[in-house]
Amino acid sequence: MNTSDQYLKAIYLVQQVEDGPASTGRVADVLDVSPASANEMIGKLQDRGFADHEKYKGVSLTEDGIVRAREALQTYCIIERFLIEVLEVEGFREEAKTLETVIDTTVAERLDTIIDRESQCPSCFGPEADVCELLECDSFETADSEMAD
Amino acid sequence: MSVTRAVGSDHQLARLLQIGMVLEEVVEARAYKHAQSMEIELESEILALLEDAAEESAEHRTKLESLVDELEAEPVPFEQIEPLVEAQYGKTKPEDFDGVLYDQLCNEETAYKFYDDVIAAIEASDTSFSIDRHRLVTVLSGIREEEADGVEEVTTLMESRQ
Repeated sequence: MNTSDQYLKAIYLVQQVEDGPASTGRVADVLDVSPASANEMIGKLQDRGFADHEKYKGVSLTEDGIVRAREALQTYCIIERFLIEVLEVEGFREEAKTLETVIDTTVAERLDTIIDRESQCPSCFGPEADVCELLECDSFETADSEMAD
Repeated sequence: MSVTRAVGSDHQLARLLQIGMVLEEVVEARAYKHAQSMEIELESEILALLEDAAEESAEHRTKLESLVDELEAEPVPFEQIEPLVEAQYGKTKPEDFDGVLYDQLCNEETAYKFYDDVIAAIEASDTSFSIDRHRLVTVLSGIREEEADGVEEVTTLMESRQ
């Protein structure tokens, strides 16, 4: 996933949590980048018609931006679900974050052919839990922690 | 979340190589399924292409497995992936010969893109991996080259059928 798609996804998720425009600082925090870097990329996204940035209010995605963000989120959902279902990775959230920078959408689509993903994806993604809400990962994590004990 | 595209640890590298193994296993298993599931017998050229693709994927898998072993991670066995391909195949199977070829083209292009991105992420990294970086990149570059040849082979076959 390229950098601009990561930004679009982050803005989309922050907007969902904040139920309004996303503050640049929050987007920078989520992406672990400096506010200056976030500002610069948000400016580029605005130039490309994916976002509207209003000073002191924050950034909102345009319709085109939302489409791209949801595609990026779907790629992320595939990576997370693949890590859980196929490789049985305990720390799937952390690993998905490091892998999404290298895993392209086309690669995720191939991985998607062996996982069991719901048709409403990515609408079922819970931004606060950082995982698909339909995924029964609680029992998975419990099982893992029991194994760790 | 981070926007860095560099591979930052042995663990992340091993995970990427495991994903490479899975991709190869998906190609191999789907090639077998294509050959079995077509109601009309596949043309000899397409059958040969699928057999070559499955064989090549198995070779790539062995090379990746050796790297994963060196990183002291668990390889992903083909026996684990084959049933997963089988389970979802009905939803994703191609309808006809052209669909089989298109699927195979996607396999080769996807694999090429994957290795290209992984090599770029290794080259962008300052991490000192526990396996020799030069050999790692040489192995992955060799596989990437074969995927590029595969793209060309499928494209040529597709064009000859038009």
